[in-house]
Amino acid sequence: MSSDALIRISDVKHTFHTNAGPLPVLDGLNVEIEKGGFTAVVGPSGCGKSTLTRLIAGLLFPDEGDVILNGEQVRSPRSTVGMAFQNPVLLEWRTILDNVCLPLEIVPNDLTRKQRDARGYELLAMVGLEGFEDKKPSELSGGMRQRASLCRALAHRPEVLILDEPFGALDAFTREDLWQIMHELRHAEAFTCLLITHDLRESVFLADQVVVLSGRPAKTQYVLDVPFGRDRVLDDLFTAEATEMLRDLRHQIQVAQGRTVEETESAA
Amino acid sequence: MMNFTNKFLVPVAALVIFCLLWEFLVWVNDWPNYVMASPSDLGPSFWKFRWLFLEYGWDTLWRTVAGLLLAIAFGVVVGMIMGFSRTMRDALYPLLVGFNAIPKATVVPVVALLLVGQHDLNTVLLAFMISFFPITVSISIGLSTLEPEYRDILASLGASRMTIFRKIALPKTLPEFFGALKVAVTLAFIGTNLMEIVEPHGRGLGHLFDSGKISADYPLMFAVLIALAIMGIGLYYVVVVLEKIFAGWAERDAT
Repeated sequence: MSSDALIRISDVKHTFHTNAGPLPVLDGLNVEIEKGGFTAVVGPSGCGKSTLTRLIAGLLFPDEGDVILNGEQVRSPRSTVGMAFQNPVLLEWRTILDNVCLPLEIVPNDLTRKQRDARGYELLAMVGLEGFEDKKPSELSGGMRQRASLCRALAHRPEVLILDEPFGALDAFTREDLWQIMHELRHAEAFTCLLITHDLRESVFLADQVVVLSGRPAKTQYVLDVPFGRDRVLDDLFTAEATEMLRDLRHQIQVAQGRTVEETESAA
Repeated sequence: MMNFTNKFLVPVAALVIFCLLWEFLVWVNDWPNYVMASPSDLGPSFWKFRWLFLEYGWDTLWRTVAGLLLAIAFGVVVGMIMGFSRTMRDALYPLLVGFNAIPKATVVPVVALLLVGQHDLNTVLLAFMISFFPITVSISIGLSTLEPEYRDILASLGASRMTIFRKIALPKTLPEFFGALKVAVTLAFIGTNLMEIVEPHGRGLGHLFDSGKISADYPLMFAVLIALAIMGIGLYYVVVVLEKIFAGWAERDAT
């Protein structure tokens, strides 16, 4: 697996320098994602998961260790990455279509305006937003805005899709709809995905590999391979196999949280 | 139709009622016009000095607009510097607040002495000085409170700071900018007239007000005040129209 890994993060160490002194966030982080893979990262709150997304996006560089994308050290942001966050951050002054096509205005390409729009229409249709192309973001529900945000992240056909808790603020039913949409997008588009999440069911339902991070400073604590194939239905989550995986992950999260508690107590 | 009623008839009705009340108050108290002129005194005054009102009104208007344009240019540049750099924000805020706290009437003689004889420039400068503060603050706050995710969606694609500013930060700040501009418009008129009244140099509505005072023509003084109010309202609505064009997206339909 390591030979054809698209993303390889090895022994990464990173410390933030805050007013209250140095704050180590990552220490001994190892993640490998193969091309076309889907990895979910779970861990206690504030353990440095978002820092991990910024490292892969090239918005931040580690103090120590390697962040390697396609065999190359990440030294700057690159146009082969698409990002979506918990906050859909759509631009209120643009239509949904123009929001989705935004990356095509930044990333160098020789698409005509018409071809860009066609790409936008195609993606919006895939997530069930046909007919909403000319609406403004304020006219859409939270779930619809998040769908548009996913489309924007994919507009320029990125190699890597980074999702930082994109479904975190949605209600349970909307979230399950979006999980299905993620599977459909994965069928239609070729991307390698890193998903940050707090939802263990989400991680098992969507990913091929679930990485559990320890409490801060985060290291890779546990890696679970999800044996499900690419075609998944929500009922898969109610099988004994899934329950076993969820129990396993839940136990690992408790261990991760426990480590933080011990450390705070010994420090105090 | 509802829209026309709300946007036009309601404010006009309010204005008429206000004038009627004013007239009534003067009549019931039997105030002579050197205590309080009534709306019915204003018409003759405007008519008598109609050419001066046009000429001086134009002076006041263009000076105010020039001061405002200067305030916008300065406010946007300084606001950008303060919005993007924490250090500059910490450095410049006390200076700006301190400068803004100085009563501008005390600045009039200083400016008049510094640039003797440059009446147009002096007046424009005062309009500028009194109105740049809200613009600077709004731009600075708009930029410094931009959520990092907005920056990241473009930065992660390798967009330059300038592109991020142009595509996201600038349009996102526009509603706040126009809010500040509405405040700045009324302030700028105060600045222009302060200079025209305190350092009269024979031009502008401020000078006309001053002549009214000297010749004890009280209805004329009131007429000048009303003319200023009308110009202020006019310029305010120009800003409202610009806001509708450039930042209309920020307005939500009432539901």
